[in-house]
Amino acid sequence: MRLQFILSEIGLGLRRNLSMTVSVILVTFVSLTFVGAAGLLQVQIGQMKDEWYDKVEVTIYLCPDGSEQPTCAGGLASDEQIETLRTELESDALEPYVEQVYFESQEQAFASFQERFADEAWAQGVTADQMQASFRIALDDPEQYQVVAEMFTGRQGVEMVRDPRAVVEPLILVMNRGSLVAAGLAAVMLLAAVLLITTTIRLSAMSRRRETGIMRLVGASNLFIQLPFMLEGAIAATIGAALSVAGLWFGVRYLVEDWLADSVSFIDYIGTEAVWTIAPVLLVIAIGLAAISSVVTLSRYTKV
Amino acid sequence: MIRFENVTKVYARGARPALDAIDLEVERGEFVFLVGASGSGKSTFLRLVLREERPTAGRVFVAGRDLSTLSTWKVPHLRRQIGAVFQDFRLLPNKTVFENVAFALQVIGKPKHHIMTTVPDTLELVGLGGKERRRPHELSGGEQQRVAIARAFVNRPSILLADEPTGNLDPTTSVGIMRLLDRINRTGTTVVMATHDDEIVDQMRKRVVELDHGQMVRDQSRGVYGSTR
Ligand SMILES: Nc1ncnc2c1ncn2[C@@H]1O[C@H](COP(=O)(O)OP(=O)(O)OP(=O)(O)O)[C@@H](O)[C@H]1O
Ligand SMILES: [Mg+2]
Repeated sequence: MRLQFILSEIGLGLRRNLSMTVSVILVTFVSLTFVGAAGLLQVQIGQMKDEWYDKVEVTIYLCPDGSEQPTCAGGLASDEQIETLRTELESDALEPYVEQVYFESQEQAFASFQERFADEAWAQGVTADQMQASFRIALDDPEQYQVVAEMFTGRQGVEMVRDPRAVVEPLILVMNRGSLVAAGLAAVMLLAAVLLITTTIRLSAMSRRRETGIMRLVGASNLFIQLPFMLEGAIAATIGAALSVAGLWFGVRYLVEDWLADSVSFIDYIGTEAVWTIAPVLLVIAIGLAAISSVVTLSRYTKV
Repeated sequence: MIRFENVTKVYARGARPALDAIDLEVERGEFVFLVGASGSGKSTFLRLVLREERPTAGRVFVAGRDLSTLSTWKVPHLRRQIGAVFQDFRLLPNKTVFENVAFALQVIGKPKHHIMTTVPDTLELVGLGGKERRRPHELSGGEQQRVAIARAFVNRPSILLADEPTGNLDPTTSVGIMRLLDRINRTGTTVVMATHDDEIVDQMRKRVVELDHGQMVRDQSRGVYGSTR
């Protein structure tokens, strides 16, 4: 009886304010899509960091014969230069940053080169002299690669210091900014959503003032009076959240998995399963929005 | 049933009190007319009983409960023991007679079978048998007020408050409504009725309490409307 009655009241309210209901759905849809986009970008960034930062080491390439770098004017890096670098890499000053140093000589580089490209015709003419010796340095904290990079760039016998993160870093920066922008827009839209839900609940409460007045008079409990309004807001917001999850799912499915993954393929992209991980968060935000709006509005408009 | 102890109600700071140090006791099963000029505080009295307003000073007791210490969440339970009717009926225009009366039970969570038996009985009692399916606009003023009374009485409250229930009705219709309220009173329900209707008050010869600018100037059993000063 009670449930049926409350449900019919909700249905009545939603239909009576249909255009408002639709706008609440749309605003929550758009705002939560921004929230979700920001969230997905963060997931993607995290995934890229995991992938690149952990397996990647800083590599110090030593001068080969005939390099045109000014630091390689002396030709092939001498044993003396190599020893100096090694001592420095193992010194106490770098101890906090460096986890492990591995030296790859020209011969070792050649061996791994041959192994890797054994079947390629073009690789057959390459000799050990053309290979480059290098130090591979695993870092304690991958974020600190700048310290090592700066220390060894421009040193005699060092052709260049390379950290593949230098490629990813700007990308992550762009993505971080993108996610910030999305989060900013989301904040504005969420504010709009709260205001709109508040207005909707208020209009709904006012259009049913007669009913609620009588309910209070005959002794209906506060919860009973307010529940239909709260549920109206919550239902509209939940529909909005569901739409945004659907939108994000299609976005990831067709933009990221199909299109981006084909055109820029060196990144390991998130998939639609990431959407399912953030979906509960979006739902909670939607219900939270509706709850906040209800509390703010109803305490003022339907009090005993 | 209702007791006012030195009750004062001031709406706006600095304004003249709407009720001024009222002491009054209404026994169970009594019928009391509340009379007085417009603005004398009759509606304020009734609102204090319903706890729609709280007194500025003094204490109000209703059905043995001290309303000043009654917590907000218990107010609905208080109101389930009080029926109230008004000059403007306050019916829901898009609901039928039956639905209007049933509404009062639905919103306090009464079970369906209870509603299905109680509502027709009550409609019969107020003389609306056979008009269950009409809507308020298809009824005369007197019939609309009967619906309102049915709604107020359907939960068998121990107190019925009526604020100028005949204010919008012609004299003959008013007499019918009065008979109905009298009948409800005879079932043991305490009735407090605010009114301007001197003919009715003179006819009924019930207890009359007169207010003037918020002060109680007369409390007369088997009284008449006009004060004999
Ligand atoms: N909500 C309110 N806010 C401020 N003042 C109010 C309020 N309600 C009533 N008053 C004032 O309190 C006084 C008593 O009002 P009340 O409505 O109790 O009179 P009444 O006897 O019912 O009058 P009437 O016969 O016209 O219905 C009046 O001066 C009125 O202006
Ligand atoms: Mg009045």
